[in-house]
Amino acid sequence: MAAFYSFLAVLALIVIPWLGVGMGMGALFGIVLPYIAIIIFMVGFTMRIVDWAKSPVPFCIPTTGGQQKSLPWIKNSPWDNPYDKKGVFMRMVLEVLCFRSLFRNTSVKLQQEGPKVGYSSEKSLWLFALIFHYCFLLILVRHLRFFMAPVPYPVHIAEFLDSILQIGLPVMYQSDALILAGLLFLLARRVFDGKVRYISLMQDYFPLLLLVGIVVTGIWMRYVVKVDVIAVKELAMGIVTLHPHMPKAAIDPSVYAHLTLVCALFIYFPFSKLMHMGGVFLSPTRVAPNMSRRAMWVNPWNDPSIKPHSYAAYEDDFREKMIEAGLPVDKQA
Amino acid sequence: MAKYPPPEELIKINYTTPVKSWMDTKTAFKPGNFSYPGKPDILKYLGMPNPREWTPTDDDWKLPPDWQRIVMEKFRSLLKKYRSFKIFMDICVRCGACADKCHFFIGGGDPKNMPVLRAELLRSIYRGEFSAAAKVLGKLAGARKLEEDVIKEWFLYFYQCTECRRCSLFCPYGIDTAEITMMARELLHEVGCNINWILEPAANCNRTGNHLGIQPHAYKDMMDFLCDDIEEITGKRIRPNVNKKGCEILFITPSGDIFADPGIYTYMGYLILFEHLGLDVTWSTYASEGGNFGLFTSDKMMKKLNAKMYAEAERLGAKWILGGECGHMWRVINQYMSTMNGPADFLETPVSPITGTKFDAAAGTKMLHIAEFTADLIKHGKLNLDPSRNDNFKTTFHDSCNPARGMGLFEEPRYVLKNVCRYFYEMPENTIREQTFCCGGGAGLNNEEFTETRLRGGLPRGNAVKYVRDRHGVNNLACVCAIDRATLPPLCDYWAPGVGVSGLHELVGNAIILDGEKKRTTDLRQNPLPGMEDEEE
Repeated sequence: MAAFYSFLAVLALIVIPWLGVGMGMGALFGIVLPYIAIIIFMVGFTMRIVDWAKSPVPFCIPTTGGQQKSLPWIKNSPWDNPYDKKGVFMRMVLEVLCFRSLFRNTSVKLQQEGPKVGYSSEKSLWLFALIFHYCFLLILVRHLRFFMAPVPYPVHIAEFLDSILQIGLPVMYQSDALILAGLLFLLARRVFDGKVRYISLMQDYFPLLLLVGIVVTGIWMRYVVKVDVIAVKELAMGIVTLHPHMPKAAIDPSVYAHLTLVCALFIYFPFSKLMHMGGVFLSPTRVAPNMSRRAMWVNPWNDPSIKPHSYAAYEDDFREKMIEAGLPVDKQA
Repeated sequence: MAKYPPPEELIKINYTTPVKSWMDTKTAFKPGNFSYPGKPDILKYLGMPNPREWTPTDDDWKLPPDWQRIVMEKFRSLLKKYRSFKIFMDICVRCGACADKCHFFIGGGDPKNMPVLRAELLRSIYRGEFSAAAKVLGKLAGARKLEEDVIKEWFLYFYQCTECRRCSLFCPYGIDTAEITMMARELLHEVGCNINWILEPAANCNRTGNHLGIQPHAYKDMMDFLCDDIEEITGKRIRPNVNKKGCEILFITPSGDIFADPGIYTYMGYLILFEHLGLDVTWSTYASEGGNFGLFTSDKMMKKLNAKMYAEAERLGAKWILGGECGHMWRVINQYMSTMNGPADFLETPVSPITGTKFDAAAGTKMLHIAEFTADLIKHGKLNLDPSRNDNFKTTFHDSCNPARGMGLFEEPRYVLKNVCRYFYEMPENTIREQTFCCGGGAGLNNEEFTETRLRGGLPRGNAVKYVRDRHGVNNLACVCAIDRATLPPLCDYWAPGVGVSGLHELVGNAIILDGEKKRTTDLRQNPLPGMEDEEE
């Protein structure tokens, strides 16, 4: 049900601009909406991060994934159990760029006879998540050609590498196919893996389907309709240079559908789980070094009025018995 | 005795999830899946809200009249106090990587024991109260209203989490269910829903200095009794210092070690080690508890109970503190102690008086783990050891959750173990070190009435033990945790019969040759040493 409603929502986000542009609302979908989306994204994203960053981390609670640094002759794991900023930096690099934690993933197999519980390495989620995220990044970089004149050299390199197989005309980008494979895998897991289906909500299906919609409309524009790229760039440059105007040459409605879906993603982003992109950098179990036995970690709301049950009160309670047992006491009975 | 099903029956676990949404599944309490509630007089003693007689199987939980407001107010204040809570509520993508990492899910198959869903129990309320969009979309967006059933569900599932943090290791964002469980338990305290097995030890600890409520004279008696045993075995009388001022070191270990088999053998091991070194060390009856059930209660309680360690070290004028084998004790010391009750400037960075090693890892808290201390001694050749005395044991090692994932203490105990035992075998790699499985009794769940669920949760650990038992003939599971020593023996009897449980320093105590000791014929358990089966006294 949640998946179906998400699908309907995405469909609506394609149909509405498609029809709207036909009715002469090109400027609304091509200019107004993108500005709204960019503003909401930037303000919303910043506010979320600031809100998180402002809330205190009272305790130093890293999840340690390797040997601590203790005795000099014991080899420690500086990246899985960092004790300083350098180690944390490496831990985060591995986490963000290589999905280190997900790479550990295992799956449980239970055999009734024996009984035997086995664990096998399960890298598919790691692999497809990695494919999806890197393709997404690459595609974003490629799109910079629409927003920059002249097109920077790195963007050319990204395009060259992405189309190195030289299939078809226009040349096919591998990332287009791979991102679709990644997204469809993530979606299929949600639908066919009982455990994942059980925990999935509308906000899990919606962004996946939204991204599928973006990719499909993008592919449609590039390979099927072969839209007027010069006109699209004119529209895009108008937006980024703050001189927005509708290009003279007509743009295919699929471009507006694509653009509207992207705007929807931008608007949705700050209010959703997609904020994991920013949140991971603030997660206390990952970004705190394992150092609170070595040096002081300060809790801003530590309450100094909390005192232990005092020794004096303890001794008052048990003094006679302590003396009888031959235990030293501070005050004689 | 067996009120719970035999292994053949318990193993019939079904991992398939129901068609019906989890929000429509009613919470079912049955004997063996919950712990008994906190007794009213204990709640009163601790000054906690809503003390009353009640049972989870009752329909009416006698919540205070405005309980919804109370819970939501606390929810808001916790979100303000902890970035972890806020972030963990916000960024989960429900990828499901954590789903089959929880021992309670693996051994029970209840989908609400998937860490992600355990957290959703809270998140659904968070969304329903704090997100306008989710409020409108309701169930589709995973939002729901705070009703009495939600409190019941929280009570069941947040007291079916041992805060072992295994899921957090696999989470791509480090979402830590232990943290979420702690928050949920704080919410439940506000309306008086908590368990006695945690609160009574916390209350005891406050007054008597230890969870078990052992009073000072009784503590001394038990200590003397263990010294008698040591004398019988080694021929040497040990006279440990208790509450003595002016010693260099204060030693603190969980009270479970003085109280029950097999912890007492570890306790004897400590006594033998200190005697062997001639260490200037004192024990304390006021700070006679290393563990801290406050960790399973609230940050305030944790701080209050922990504060005794520094208070006692200061009163006695010790230079630094040595800590015994305990799991959650070391989570508290490593990640909370200095923050809550430090800086302990009246203490010095621990220096081994025997080897001269300065332990910089403990420069902040001034508290050293005994495995670190002993490993350093062995490395410097300061212990006179006869590992053949442990030849009756074929040992494997259980990494306790907290020293593993809340500290990273892996090599020190292994180094000690390999030097005091000649037969050591590791369990499969997905079940040890940072991936270690819980004993099923952490976070205050090692009580009798919870045994069935504990045995279920113990399946992954028990099965790994069985693997090395069958493959290498392992008959001993060594560990560095007092809760392990209490919960693993029945667990092994159930899933891997024939395997016993020992602390690390029990094996050290067996191997140490004291100056002038008599020829030992038995180990600390008074079982004959290898080749001594026919010796008679």
